[in-house]
Amino acid sequence: MRIIADTGRCVGAGQCVLAEPTAFDQDEQDGTVVVLTEHVAGEALTRTRQAVQLCPSGALSLAED
Amino acid sequence: MTRAVDHRALNFPAQRTCPYAPPREYAELREHSPVHRIELPNGSSAWLITRHEHVRAVLADTRFSSDRGKPGFPSLLAGQARTNLSGYPMMISMDPPEHSAARRAVLGEFTVRRMQALQPRIQRIVDDCLDAMLAGPRPADLVTALSLPVPSLVICELLGVPYADHDFFQVHTTSLVRLSTPPEERSRSMGELTAYLSELVSAKQAEPGDDLLGRQVLKQRENGTEDHGALVGLAFLLLLAGHETTANMISLGTLILLENPAALAAVRDDPALTPGAVEELLRYLTIVENATSRVATTDIEVGGTLIRAGEGVICLGHTADHDPEVFAEPERFDIARGARHHVAFGFGPHQCLGQNLARLELQVVFDTLLRRVPTLALATPSDQLPFKDDASVYGLYALPVTW
Repeated sequence: MRIIADTGRCVGAGQCVLAEPTAFDQDEQDGTVVVLTEHVAGEALTRTRQAVQLCPSGALSLAED
Repeated sequence: MTRAVDHRALNFPAQRTCPYAPPREYAELREHSPVHRIELPNGSSAWLITRHEHVRAVLADTRFSSDRGKPGFPSLLAGQARTNLSGYPMMISMDPPEHSAARRAVLGEFTVRRMQALQPRIQRIVDDCLDAMLAGPRPADLVTALSLPVPSLVICELLGVPYADHDFFQVHTTSLVRLSTPPEERSRSMGELTAYLSELVSAKQAEPGDDLLGRQVLKQRENGTEDHGALVGLAFLLLLAGHETTANMISLGTLILLENPAALAAVRDDPALTPGAVEELLRYLTIVENATSRVATTDIEVGGTLIRAGEGVICLGHTADHDPEVFAEPERFDIARGARHHVAFGFGPHQCLGQNLARLELQVVFDTLLRRVPTLALATPSDQLPFKDDASVYGLYALPVTW
């Protein structure tokens, strides 16, 4: 699956970074989401799904590769 | 099967009978009338939202305004039409696009990475507080010895507030969050705090140091948007939000761990369990209730009930975080629950800016307290402890402990 992040919606809560630190980071200047790995599978995908669900601003989604 | 609940029978805010479970009245509403119109202490009315699903939906929907100045915004204070704020612009009370811009300007200061970099400073502050407590007489009040000074010193350091002034902040913030504080005393505390912060911001503008306020001054200057009032509002919000909330989580969290010896032992023996324990404490306690009120800007349906433009809603986060549809056996404290989708920090674009600072402070406090004071025990039976039933942030006024 492929991660889609809408930095315009992101409010920088950092929930995604806590859920899956190998896939997500935050911009040092404005704190918004930075996607480290666009494609995720296996356990990382499970944790990325959790990040999508936890995101307070609805900035994250997953799409088929 | 549904059952009519007479809203006039519900005294709002309802009182808890168990110190940790939501009031029975709210649990009944969650089951039978999850979007429910009630009368507020000031005579106006608002909708109570009690289910987890609806609370998330309302808080994520920006058609519900956070502007506390808008007619219809719910106030929990008797005899007052609206919640009094500092008079300075604060992002907690803004809507998009102003909110997005204000939040983004300061977000970089609160990233997970930046917070983790604060760990050594937080550790030193916690160790200093415990050194002082352990050198003093037994029993000691944990609220005074640890719960209040730790978040206070952390936020003062972050903002660049001189150490000598932190007592002053504790007195006035406590008075502000207590619902029973008389209006005159409340406005006096508000005045004292804003006057102090206004001077502090002026000092940072004259000489911007390497702290959050100093960096904000420089950033604004670079963008040509330097604004004294906006900086005072920011300082006020961070100070108030960073103080009482974490303090009450430290007191109540310690109490819950002392009352759950198996969980306490597990966390003490394996620090890898602490983040999960902190998350469960956040869910179980969900201490902030009225920061999550909104007013509808248009007609919006929530759970099949139509909320009209101009009507207020109050999201009962604590009741939502005990929703059995979402959290199995919600009244059981379970550090292995792994449930991070609680609304203890709210939800939507206003979700707590300092949540990862709060998580870190709580982790350092519980890890250090349990390891350094393995014989920690209550010095007063828990049913005689002074719980904050009259505050907008739930907590304890005192927690006598011994060791």
